[in-house]
Amino acid sequence: MAFVDFRNVWLAYNDELLAKGHYAVEDISLQVQEGEFIAIVGPSGCGKSTFMKLTTGLKMPSKGSITIGGQPVTGPLKISGMAFQAPSLLPWRTTVDNVLLPLEIVEPYRSHFKSKRKEYEAKARELLRSVGLAGYEDKFPWQLSGGMQQRASICRALVHEPKMLLLDEPFGALDAFTREELWCALRDLHAAQRFNVILVTHDLRESVFLADTVYCMSRSPGRFVVKRDIDLPRPRDLEVTYTPKFTEIVHELRGHIGAFRQPVGQPVGQAAPALPQ
Amino acid sequence: MKRKTLERFSPFIVLAAVLLLWELIVRAFGVPEFIFPAPSQIAQQFAEFRGPLLEAAWKTFWVTMLGFAISIVVGVLLGFLIGSSRMAYQALYPLMVAFNAVPKAAVVPILVVWFGIGLGPGVLTAFLISFFPITVNIATGLATLEPELEDVLRVLGAKRWDVLTKVGLPRSMPYFYGSLKVAITLAFVGTVLAEMTAGDSGIGYLMQTAGSQQRMSLAFAGLVTIGAMAMAMYELFSWVEMRTTGWAHRGSQAA
Repeated sequence: MAFVDFRNVWLAYNDELLAKGHYAVEDISLQVQEGEFIAIVGPSGCGKSTFMKLTTGLKMPSKGSITIGGQPVTGPLKISGMAFQAPSLLPWRTTVDNVLLPLEIVEPYRSHFKSKRKEYEAKARELLRSVGLAGYEDKFPWQLSGGMQQRASICRALVHEPKMLLLDEPFGALDAFTREELWCALRDLHAAQRFNVILVTHDLRESVFLADTVYCMSRSPGRFVVKRDIDLPRPRDLEVTYTPKFTEIVHELRGHIGAFRQPVGQPVGQAAPALPQ
Repeated sequence: MKRKTLERFSPFIVLAAVLLLWELIVRAFGVPEFIFPAPSQIAQQFAEFRGPLLEAAWKTFWVTMLGFAISIVVGVLLGFLIGSSRMAYQALYPLMVAFNAVPKAAVVPILVVWFGIGLGPGVLTAFLISFFPITVNIATGLATLEPELEDVLRVLGAKRWDVLTKVGLPRSMPYFYGSLKVAITLAFVGTVLAEMTAGDSGIGYLMQTAGSQQRMSLAFAGLVTIGAMAMAMYELFSWVEMRTTGWAHRGSQAA
């Protein structure tokens, strides 16, 4: 049985929009296996972030059903951790204290926080070390570079050992080299801990490099139009991104994205210039 | 290094230059003391009326502090209420803006009718004039939370209260200290205003009396005293601000 199971999910943001039949996402069905890494790509404004809200239980579907881990979703899901494009670390807390923040809030850690603080702190430091932030634990976030802040943000999302990690364009604001470094950091974390990852991104190479399955979404209404299994063998090295097979998959996905754009854009043939082979 | 020392002493250099210019102009044009006294004449009055000036200053100071303390308590509570609930914001904000726009000088006579001459009007005017910036700043700090961060915490099962105490309040602290610096100077204005219209002691009363006797130098000495007190308190809060919320001022630290 699938770990995450969306069955014909529709969401309108309020009753008014629902009455008019304006949905942010339409007829979404997907099944994610335990430990699977999926990526969702699509043009901006296609409802990717709405999808995130549905998966974490911050929004309830207007129609359809969502079950996660065999349970119907009825409210915020504590088994999930989130990170966004902006690291949004708290500037008055040191990096390790930022990572500890979720443990001050989520049960069962919350009740033991005072008595087990040492243990939790050791855990947070270990996590920071594993993403290459050793030596920066006691620095303030604003003393860290953008890439380091994003690493810390991912650690914050993972510190309570969630079963599911949701990333909303987490590497969007980083430069190309830092981004590739962080891909590897995320790949290694996922390989070691086998949590589910749902990665929302604009970057096709990123999605193909990291994910087991890539879903393409169309723009308003948000619908899944393509599901593509990425059968590149793991562990994947950055070298794989230069192989013809990789390029072929990226190219194929790019074709799907382009296809959605045509009805909105220019006539066929004059659309985006062809990608280099 | 040299530039840094210069920067540090620049306020004093400017002050000295202004005083010197002032003295020169008054002397050069022979302006009579009862119109516009020279700094030297004001200083002389300081020496002569040191006792009464200090006594009046002390009175004004603690009346101001009392009013200011009330305004911190009320300002923070109101700000907390307005900033954490959209309903309260909608309901209270227009009323508060209207109230803040009322000239406080017009309120003093009413306060005198209610509380008589003396402490009451001074403390209350200081409070009424200074709580608004505190309220607005706390409310702003609380209301401008990043929605992503709120999502991160809400998924973990955080209640509104958790979000407010873990994120909202620390976040609004720089705003709070910023507002204290504004509020303390306003509080002095409030106290002196009340003392001038309806006081029986304090710097405001002293200035009013000196003015009516055409002793301009003494009135100016009162002005200088208030200025100095307000400045000292301002510096105190700046210092507390830097000590407690240095993270919000890292630009100036690096410089």
